[in-house]
Amino acid sequence: MTYSDSRTRLLRGLTIAAVVLFVIGLYLALFWVGPERQQGAAQRIFYVHLGSFLGSFIAFGAAVVAGIAYLRTRNPRWDTFGLANVEVGLGMAAITIVTGMTWARPIWNTWWTWDPRLTSVAIMWLAYAAYLMLRSGIEDPERRQRFAAVYGIIAFASVLFTIIIIRVRPDTIHPVVAGPTQADPTGSFEVAGRIRDTLFFNLFTFAVITVVLVWHRIRLENLIQHVMRRKLEVLSEL
Amino acid sequence: MSANPEPTTHAVSAAEGAIARPARRAGRRHRPLTPFWRAVGAVAWKDLRAEMRSRELINSMVLFTFMTVMVFSLALELDKEARQTTVAGVLWVTIVFAGLIGLGRSLAAEKDRGSLDALLLTPIDRSALFFGKMIGNLLFVLVIALVLLALLTVLFNVTLLKPLLIVVMVLGTVGFTTAGTLLSSMSVHARAREAMLPIILMPVVLPVLISAVRASVAILEGLPRDDWFPWIQLLVVADAIFLAAGYGLFDYVVEE
Amino acid sequence: MSAAERTIEVRALTKTFGLNPVLRGLDLDVPRGEFLTLLGPNGSGKTTLLRILGALARPTSGTVRIGGWELPDEAEFVRAQLGVVSHLPLLYDTLTAEENLLFFARMYNLPREARRERVDTVLRRVGLARRARDVVATYSRGMQQRLAIARAILHDPAVLLLDEPYTGLDQDAAALLDELLREVAIGGRTVIMTTHDLRRGHALADRIAILSRGKIAFDAPCRDVNPDALPALYADTTGAATTR
Ligand SMILES: Nc1ncnc2c1ncn2[C@@H]1O[C@H](COP(=O)(O)OP(=O)(O)O)[C@@H](O)[C@H]1O
Ligand SMILES: [Mg+2]
Repeated sequence: MTYSDSRTRLLRGLTIAAVVLFVIGLYLALFWVGPERQQGAAQRIFYVHLGSFLGSFIAFGAAVVAGIAYLRTRNPRWDTFGLANVEVGLGMAAITIVTGMTWARPIWNTWWTWDPRLTSVAIMWLAYAAYLMLRSGIEDPERRQRFAAVYGIIAFASVLFTIIIIRVRPDTIHPVVAGPTQADPTGSFEVAGRIRDTLFFNLFTFAVITVVLVWHRIRLENLIQHVMRRKLEVLSEL
Repeated sequence: MSANPEPTTHAVSAAEGAIARPARRAGRRHRPLTPFWRAVGAVAWKDLRAEMRSRELINSMVLFTFMTVMVFSLALELDKEARQTTVAGVLWVTIVFAGLIGLGRSLAAEKDRGSLDALLLTPIDRSALFFGKMIGNLLFVLVIALVLLALLTVLFNVTLLKPLLIVVMVLGTVGFTTAGTLLSSMSVHARAREAMLPIILMPVVLPVLISAVRASVAILEGLPRDDWFPWIQLLVVADAIFLAAGYGLFDYVVEE
Repeated sequence: MSAAERTIEVRALTKTFGLNPVLRGLDLDVPRGEFLTLLGPNGSGKTTLLRILGALARPTSGTVRIGGWELPDEAEFVRAQLGVVSHLPLLYDTLTAEENLLFFARMYNLPREARRERVDTVLRRVGLARRARDVVATYSRGMQQRLAIARAILHDPAVLLLDEPYTGLDQDAAALLDELLREVAIGGRTVIMTTHDLRRGHALADRIAILSRGKIAFDAPCRDVNPDALPALYADTTGAATTR
């Protein structure tokens, strides 16, 4: 497997940037921003919670693009791109769910509740886990890629559901994303501003992390396929 | 029908050599030769006809429905209040699992006998095949749903025959069978396909299922419009998404 | 051979399943009205080739043109002039012969008035008129195969693709099928048949081709091939492939 040096350098740079951004993001969330009025320190997890959700949203959205592009071009690289995005998206969604549960324990006094928001994110996670199941169940590579592309597109319905459900069920106990309700009791502009800045910083950080992870996953997949091809070549030479 | 429908417009470009690709001419849409709805009707009619003769699917689905309802009513010994709130859940869970039986078999049978190839060899739009199969499946599931309505009305002593509930029922089953028909055309190619269908179908239709249950509960409890109408809107949106997905994607699933 | 005379035109066709190259740059021309027998060992890609011609499978690369229409882009037009018989009957067990054919008549968009008459005609032609109202499940293998042929010629296609139509037939049924295929093949219809029965393939066809290593390895008019020498020729052509 050979890649151009400039791309490899770019990836390396992005990787380092992602790590640095993540550390800074954590510092901002844990130390720089003041405690929130109602939720106290528990609210600090919210930055990672929302950041990872954005990450999964980006990744699953990219999987739709990959699916459409694959069906149009039949270029297996789009399939690799789709697979990488779904796997990274699953990881991000898992972080969303786990941080959500960790937050819910002190705030709602329970790890899990069948709130529409939680339920819909869990469904989304299951849909993309099913994507991986489907892939593993289809032997013919061409068909696997084709079905994965189709399912990657359909599964996005579950992502839309996580967003639409809030409008249908405004009575969810899940807090509304960033808003004046979370501002400091004193109404001090500075604290509200810090919450906002920390949030945006973390959203950006997670977007970068997602891109970097997907990129690495694509390279890993290329390597796996390269090794498999070599293995077959060697075997057929024997 | 002539023995050799002469493609007059193409005889010329065919002579130009192998590089000329007449099909890529700008703006050309490929019409299937059999009208869309005629093909849809033929496929749905064929499935119903075959089913009326063998009653293979309907029998197993109805029997399954009876058993499931029995299990539910035994397992949940409920008072009147509780039944009112549970019945919608029982209704939809049973529809989904009975429906899974029908969906799983409908395309598997076509594939195993090779008749799917025969269908794909006909000059029809592939999405017409999709809608034909979908309508067949939908009718089977609707029959089950009606049986269930009657059964639950008797066993749970809750009046289910409300017009609004029927609307929810139709919207819910349309979404379920549309997604189900599309995904079962993929799962028939998988290893362990009986297990694969529920795995890939459930997460996709759970939003439909949740909306249908919530709407049904709200309607049965006689809650105001604001409590069930958003769910019906959501059902309509989900149906539209799945219908569009089936129309656009089935082609890619069945080709090789 | 001019382009107009070539009903079937295959150029540099390749088909790869995963890492398995089944067809590797196959060229084939079949002129209008010719009966071509395609021989080849199991797994040589005969079915794959016919599936591509029937627009059931997509080529990995190469061009395929049938009657001037190009695959896969103009598949609907190709399908309208194509009849296919495979080793599976491609019929519905629980429907009667008549219901099966009426269904396919609708799918092929035969005019409403003409459908029943056409169905009766083809049923008579394959000798199943008396069993028209029996469900296909009660048919013998030979009868099912004859009904499959009735289905394939229902819309009077210009091209017939027959994939091992003799599979599972006994002597009598095979003899009946011989007769039927001869009859069906006349009248300007182009036929490609795959079979493992060398003698029968030779007797029915105008031309014989052998598929081996993903290409047409042998191709000659039947009159130039001595049927007694065919087994040796076949072994020569394909034997190299199995001991590569
Ligand atoms: N859908 C498929 N997926 C993967 N491999 C296939 C598929 N269809 C056929 N093949 C492979 O292609 C080769 C040729 O098969 P086929 O065309 O059926 O040969 P034939 O009809 O000459 O016996 C075989 O090695 C077979 O395993
Ligand atoms: Mg074969």
